[in-house]
Amino acid sequence: MATSFTVQRSTSGDITILALNGFLDAHTAPEFEKVIQEEFDAGRVRLIAECGELTYISSAGLGVFMSFIEDIRAAGGDLKICNLTPKVAQVFEILGFNSIFDMVPTVADAETCFAGPAREV
Amino acid sequence: MASIERTFSLQVPSSTENLAMIREFVNGVGARAGMAAADVAKLELAVDEACANVIEHAYGPEVTKEVSVRATLDEDSVQIDIIDTGKGFDPTEIPQKNLEELAAERKSGGLGMRLMKKLMDEVHYEIIPGQKNELRMIKRLKK
Repeated sequence: MATSFTVQRSTSGDITILALNGFLDAHTAPEFEKVIQEEFDAGRVRLIAECGELTYISSAGLGVFMSFIEDIRAAGGDLKICNLTPKVAQVFEILGFNSIFDMVPTVADAETCFAGPAREV
Repeated sequence: MASIERTFSLQVPSSTENLAMIREFVNGVGARAGMAAADVAKLELAVDEACANVIEHAYGPEVTKEVSVRATLDEDSVQIDIIDTGKGFDPTEIPQKNLEELAAERKSGGLGMRLMKKLMDEVHYEIIPGQKNELRMIKRLKK
């Protein structure tokens, strides 16, 4: 019974949308880390994590968001989070992630955030 | 009336691949205890965090080792004991830095312990050198 997790990438202009699906835990976090690293290395630093199909997250998954955000912002980009299910949103909120990340309802909202002023850690 | 105690156990090889199986077990325990879905989710995450710590830090690459999860239910609470024979990693000793500091250092250490403390009513850790390490977490049942 291995954990199932996938990331589907799409683009909207210079923004990359990462649609997360399944269970993001200590087993699958390296997969998510690899995807973000690839985007970062390719200079694509305007990222949106679309979490509508993300059914579970543990600190290993949250840690991926944490460990990249400073470098992404230093490169002039950001990582916005959108469409969290209530169960997953609760985990982000318990740790106070809303103080660091823009968390919005939809991809369109996240794209709008990119049009606004840059956010600093 | 004497309280009735029930114990359930799961033992799995030390691999993150088995976290899904551990979560499934905890979901069953929570349901058996009559917990609300939101509380079962908290229990599930806390145990996942504790077991991931054991697998990744106490045992490291030693996949031949095993992680034991024991759940004891009574009418007031669910007690979870996570037992390993690894190197005695004490998650309560991880410095609790704020999120801004962690982000600035490109680190995520300590998030799991922070979650466990927020999700459970009690978290204790006991190291018996050379024998075993035991993390005990308690979630009280809402009446």
